[in-house]
Amino acid sequence: MTPKLRRVLTRVQKPARYTGGEYNQIVKDKAAVDLRMAFCFPDTYEIGMSNLGLQILYGTINAEPGMWCERCFAPWGDMEEELRREGIPLYALESGDPLTAFDAIGFSLGYEMAYTSVLNMLDLAGLPVRSADRTALTPLVFAGGTSCVNPEPMADFMDLFVLGEGEELDVELLRLLRKAKGENWTKDEFLRRVMDIPGVYVPRFYTPVYNDNGTLSRVDREPCTPETVRKRVVEDLDTAFFPTKCVVPSTEIVHDRVVLEVMRGCIRGCRFCQAGFVYRPVRRHSTDFLLEKAKAALLNSGYEEITLSSLSTSDFKGLPELADGLLDWCEPRKISLSLPSLRADNFSMALMERVQKVRKTGLTFAPEAGSQRLRDVINKNVTEEDVLHSCRVAFEGGWNTLKLYFMLGLPTETDEDVVAIARLAEKVLHTWREYASNKSRGVKITVSTSMFVPKPHTPFEWEAQVTVEEYLRRVKLLRESIHSRSIVYNWHEPHVSLIEAALSRGDRRMGAVLEEVWKTGGRLDSWSDYFSMDRWLAAFQTCGLDPAFYALRERGEDELFPWDVIDVGVRKSYLARERREAYAGRVTPDCRVKCMGCGASSLLERRACDE
Amino acid sequence: MSRLLFKKTGRAVFISHLDLMRTMQRVFLRAGLPIRHTEGFNPHPYMNFALPLSVGTESVCELMDFELTKSFDPAALPALLNEVSPEGIEAAAVYESPRKFKDIKWLDIEARLFYDKRTWMGEALRDFYAAPEVVIEKKTKRSTARVDVKPLIAALEISDEAENVTLLRARLAAQDPALSPAQLLSALTQLAPELAPDDAAFRRIEVYDKDMVLFR
Repeated sequence: MTPKLRRVLTRVQKPARYTGGEYNQIVKDKAAVDLRMAFCFPDTYEIGMSNLGLQILYGTINAEPGMWCERCFAPWGDMEEELRREGIPLYALESGDPLTAFDAIGFSLGYEMAYTSVLNMLDLAGLPVRSADRTALTPLVFAGGTSCVNPEPMADFMDLFVLGEGEELDVELLRLLRKAKGENWTKDEFLRRVMDIPGVYVPRFYTPVYNDNGTLSRVDREPCTPETVRKRVVEDLDTAFFPTKCVVPSTEIVHDRVVLEVMRGCIRGCRFCQAGFVYRPVRRHSTDFLLEKAKAALLNSGYEEITLSSLSTSDFKGLPELADGLLDWCEPRKISLSLPSLRADNFSMALMERVQKVRKTGLTFAPEAGSQRLRDVINKNVTEEDVLHSCRVAFEGGWNTLKLYFMLGLPTETDEDVVAIARLAEKVLHTWREYASNKSRGVKITVSTSMFVPKPHTPFEWEAQVTVEEYLRRVKLLRESIHSRSIVYNWHEPHVSLIEAALSRGDRRMGAVLEEVWKTGGRLDSWSDYFSMDRWLAAFQTCGLDPAFYALRERGEDELFPWDVIDVGVRKSYLARERREAYAGRVTPDCRVKCMGCGASSLLERRACDE
Repeated sequence: MSRLLFKKTGRAVFISHLDLMRTMQRVFLRAGLPIRHTEGFNPHPYMNFALPLSVGTESVCELMDFELTKSFDPAALPALLNEVSPEGIEAAAVYESPRKFKDIKWLDIEARLFYDKRTWMGEALRDFYAAPEVVIEKKTKRSTARVDVKPLIAALEISDEAENVTLLRARLAAQDPALSPAQLLSALTQLAPELAPDDAAFRRIEVYDKDMVLFR
């Protein structure tokens, strides 16, 4: 650490997040490696270090001989100010070397509100933010992650995108980059040849052309390019890299525990859920594999908590055996097991009761909509009876705080659906009155609503988002429908959701907006400390674009979408069918009851999901 | 209770006291030697640090008392811990001690004062601290008190290490009341701003009891 950096660190909040040096960090001999990658997370250390994808890819790349992958996070405002004032370029934590010393800079893009931080981090590193302005082969700047299923808003800034799961793809990419570096290819030469790797999208070779009404007319592409780029998946999870030597932060992070990924994909098909479609097909780890890895991860980290991670852990076949096996090992060691993403069904509650023996935490259910009609529209296959029965079990077991999550502004939502949220919360309260084992401590039921954001590659990708005013009207309606003091109602700020909706279904012209927002001071936009609606609206105006066009417009069935170039496995025709089913109020059975032929199984050589 | 003597240097100096407690628990767990927890509704680990260390300050004399859930060989423990510690945390010795942390009275420290534009500040600093009284305002939780820091300084040596780096080696009161290295320098900020450095780095060297006997 240089004296200049040490001096800076004495002046900023929580300096431990800027030092590196944590247990299990990987340090290699610079002279012995021939490819250096900086894994960049465009949010704070506390958020980024909680990201499972980071731990997986950090381990995967560092397992490659000759490659060294380091970490870099977005600095908080005070640190950014110090870095700029002292002229210290943004650096990676392990070596402290500036990002410009790296061959590859890979950003993890999980959510749209992090985009401005990507630009800010590139600038803090002293690099031009636009791909076209970076002429040298290295550092190659690329991105992957969930929100890259619509890469277009970030297309001007990235040299390329990696789509889908990175365990194999990232290594193939970096091997080719190493070869290119060794043989002195130009950047153009590399970007043309890298397209031979399935899952790589190089936006500069695709040129969108727009209609007079602003919609996409066609995409002109160079002859060397594939028409669509198919996301990559790992065929067999048990043979892919699994992190058991995670970097253990020396300061508190958001998820300060072992995160054990049990499966990928989700059988449920909730129509609003982007992850539920873009993470298909469903694949799982074997129970024995997980037990062994869990023990190793706990022993190697010293964590006293482990959590099972997936989109819907209740649907993991073998959950009873896994939970029993884990609890048998964890209980005598005073290690607690937490199970988020449980469905409100009987089986899950029996499991919660067992888990609760180690530590009792708050309970959260996400019915998403208040009425059965609307839950059928969104294909959230949870009934009121399921929810109330689970609450009964919880209250009988001694829980007295419960959170219920809902969305407002879902397609077809009426005022009756909004009021039904209040009625459901009241029924939950009634259940507590009837069944609580200990009423003396009272009960707290928290109802939270957020504004629905239509996402690409979901059956609702054609839908209009409701306006901010309409959302607030429904918030008021719901607030006035809740009469008990035991029910607390929180609603999320809608402006961020509007911008998120505009970005998530944005086209390439959105790049100018992002650059303008960043130039006028935008960064860390997922934090209310930094988000400024005025700044975003001004930037849209400067660029001659309207967020309403992207967020509030219902698309025609045949409209060409900016993200159609990306093939996530699930066909657009399947999404359209699901949308029609939604409007008919018909539910679609989960993948285990019946395969509906969404197309995702074609991503697997064995053509069979969920095995 | 057993006692651990350890160092906190390099990048680890920015680990806060609260985070250090968590980090130490994990270090012991990784070494296969969990720290014992209290019984009861809200169990907490049996671990206790002698003098909480400010963020940014190095130390080669940190002391931590702890109790484990199983028996162990104290002589073998430092090596076991060092194998599973983050960079900059280094166990030096583990032993049993009957002495209580409240018996610690004096602390040897080093303060390196960095001057961006001024040079050879040693002599001026020596003159300043040679005054019979150095009264500063010390902020407590509720009020501000005026305190003469001289009785809290048992020894002070000042020398120029380089033209813009001056080294203060001091023996300061460690507790009841304490004079921290930062407070030692706040005398400059308050009374002689022209002598106040642009930056300073602190290091704890050793702890003593009231008779100036090494505390272990």
